[in-house]
Amino acid sequence: MAMALLKSSKIVSAVSPSLGVFPIRASSWWTEVKMGPPDPILGVTEAFKRDTNPKKMNLGVGAYRDDAGKPFVLDCVRKAEALIASKQLDKEYLGIGGLGDFSNSCAELALGSNSEVLNSKRSITVQTISGTGSLRIGANFLSRFHTGVKDVYLPKPSWGNHTPIFRDAGMQLKSYRYYDPATCGFDSAGALDDISKIPEHSVILLHACAHNPTGVDPRPEQWKEISEVIKKRKLLVFFDMAYQGFASGDIDRDAWAVRHFIEQGHNILLSQSFAKNMGLYGERVGGFTVVCADAEEAKRVESQLKILIRPIYSNPPMNGARIASTILTTPELRSIWLGEVKAMADRIIKMREMLVTNLKSEGSTQDWQHVTDQIGMFCFTGLQSEQVERLSKEFSVYMTKDGRISVAGVTSGNVGYLAHGIHQVTK
Amino acid sequence: MSLFAEVPLAAPVAVFKLSADFRDDKDPKKVNLGVGAYRTDDSQPWVLPVVKKVEKLIVEDGSLNHEYLPILGLPEFRSSASKIALGDDSPAVKENRVGAVQCLGGTGALKIGAEFLRRWYNGVDNTSTPIYVSAPTWENHNAVFAQAGFTDVRPYHYWDAAKRGLDLSGFLGDLEAAPEHSVFVLHACAHNPTGTDPTQDQWKQIAEIMKRRSLFVFFDSAYQGFASGCLDKDAWAVRYFVSQGFEMFCAQSFSKNFGLYNERVGNLTVVAQDPENLARTLSQMEKIVRVTWSNPPSQGARIVATTLNSPELFQEWKDNVKTMADRVLLMRAQLKAKLLALGTPGTWEHITEQIGMFSFTGLNPKQVEYMVKEKHVYLMASGRINMCGLTTKNIDYVAESIHETVTKVQ
Repeated sequence: MAMALLKSSKIVSAVSPSLGVFPIRASSWWTEVKMGPPDPILGVTEAFKRDTNPKKMNLGVGAYRDDAGKPFVLDCVRKAEALIASKQLDKEYLGIGGLGDFSNSCAELALGSNSEVLNSKRSITVQTISGTGSLRIGANFLSRFHTGVKDVYLPKPSWGNHTPIFRDAGMQLKSYRYYDPATCGFDSAGALDDISKIPEHSVILLHACAHNPTGVDPRPEQWKEISEVIKKRKLLVFFDMAYQGFASGDIDRDAWAVRHFIEQGHNILLSQSFAKNMGLYGERVGGFTVVCADAEEAKRVESQLKILIRPIYSNPPMNGARIASTILTTPELRSIWLGEVKAMADRIIKMREMLVTNLKSEGSTQDWQHVTDQIGMFCFTGLQSEQVERLSKEFSVYMTKDGRISVAGVTSGNVGYLAHGIHQVTK
Repeated sequence: MSLFAEVPLAAPVAVFKLSADFRDDKDPKKVNLGVGAYRTDDSQPWVLPVVKKVEKLIVEDGSLNHEYLPILGLPEFRSSASKIALGDDSPAVKENRVGAVQCLGGTGALKIGAEFLRRWYNGVDNTSTPIYVSAPTWENHNAVFAQAGFTDVRPYHYWDAAKRGLDLSGFLGDLEAAPEHSVFVLHACAHNPTGTDPTQDQWKQIAEIMKRRSLFVFFDSAYQGFASGCLDKDAWAVRYFVSQGFEMFCAQSFSKNFGLYNERVGNLTVVAQDPENLARTLSQMEKIVRVTWSNPPSQGARIVATTLNSPELFQEWKDNVKTMADRVLLMRAQLKAKLLALGTPGTWEHITEQIGMFSFTGLNPKQVEYMVKEKHVYLMASGRINMCGLTTKNIDYVAESIHETVTKVQ
């Protein structure tokens, strides 16, 4: 008995009555709570902040920066906000599935305006808490209703948060080959080989465009092959589209894979985020779509999604969804947006080109083709961890250990310095 | 064959179905006493004047952007929100053992708290810890804790239908009988759906047993300020428990008292024994947030933080809150007076004894059905009415409807 008391700090308070006084805070409920591991990307940012070198560069940031290195609020967003403010809307609860105007325009953006799926009303789209919230609802839905295998196959590598999200929802994680470090490109043979062996009715997650973290996307012909193999294996496809418009600058081009798969008969799950392509990061704007067999099934699925959502946050936030839907459904604003998202994508593409040009001017003889072949915010440079370490210590250039850089952190003002540093550690 | 062929059609959430039915009703006399949102005397939603003012400041502030908030939320929101609950001079705050997580409304705060408790409380991943919720309670309490993985969500005695008041002996009895370390979800004020709160003396009795029996305190505070019109008065129970040395959670919602329903502004206040335990607890909550919504929405938190951190705006907000609370109190007084004047059978003291947005009228399901179908007065099957649905224009009709219902239907 005494040993048990010594071991359990929770029971200490029960011993004290003999002292005639109740100790106010004898022990804590949380003594056994472990300190959570530090976030690796946060670690990069912390080190960057401490660095006093005026030339320092933070290439860990997963948010767009303009050519002056500043956060960018889109003009269409400001205009939409002014428009919304003038309407003096109320703040009543949205429905569990969110703002209808938003869900509709969000789905239409992904699937296209003449989508057979939308015309036959055989899909359901709910507003979610950006991409993370969308993936989480999807994971919960799969965990509860997916009668197939509880395995979710992720590309290797994938966004760091995919695994914890699906795991926390009760799914098992597996992977398929994706990135080829030898070429810094797409491992088509490896991917097709692995996918062809995935047990039927498993879930396969695909990045629709601008793969995170590698920036490596399959070409259309490669997507077609992937679709065929997936069909043969009868897998359930879950697309994660966090960069529509942001990758190539063209929203239809970036949605090509999603639309192709639907045309090929895959009834997909789809997560969308408007964090990057509308710069609405902190407003948490996203959508989750399930393409169903028919309208009746879509209604049943919708009812169950609501049951999943209600005990998490009841209903989603209005502000960002209202901004996004105003932009998407107001022709002048939509037009401005398309121009702005193209400008962001173009700046990224330009920085990629400038980096390669500068590396060549530095005298680098390495093959940097992948820097311009890759697409989107991130670039897997191919740098090894010792080189990454040297870059941070000798040049104050910070990136994650896997050699991933956020091209959004590169500007015309610092791209030369970056090329210089990379050349020094790779020559 | 679709993978989702076997997905059943789920029943709609009752309170939203009620609103939908109300919307479809063509009767000009219809009254909606369902959903819990404030309405003006013209039956309109009310965006608080201070909120309008602050929103304008935000839209016009060119220096603000839409960057990600930290995972735990806007720091100036979290700290000021916790101070609202615990008081500016809270010793726990001064001792740096109070932390907070900005969440998606009160629901989100309950969710993060529940997920944390399931992982780290009473052992690791102990899903069998009993979770006690009041009988009755807000219907989503059950789902929040069940979805977080808890397998044993139980009721504790609360509402005494016969005397239309608090079943104190039943409540205290359940506290005495609960397994040690059970979690009790307590309504900080303006109990939903009954509107019946323990008195200060009764709270002291509750606290004494919870301390002695090592029961976990999880406050749900969705109506601070909205209940009595006074923030400090409505926070008395929460502050009393802190003064008694409890480590506890308080899920705060700013939906009603700021009228920010759709911006999802909530705060999970965590009171720990010391800063070190607090730090570890918050670090684990961060991990939970990351796999749920990554980081919270910024608009609503900005509005609240700006308001709470400015003396003039804070005062204006308090006035706005009192406006809402006072209208509710007036409707309570008038409804009771009219029922008494009509000679409606039964006792109606509870209408003015109860507090906050809701009142448990005592109407039974058959009477509720009559009210809805015959009188087009919409209320929950439990007999719960939202006092905010009453106005000087419809109160006579509602009183008459209740009178007719109670006399015709037993």
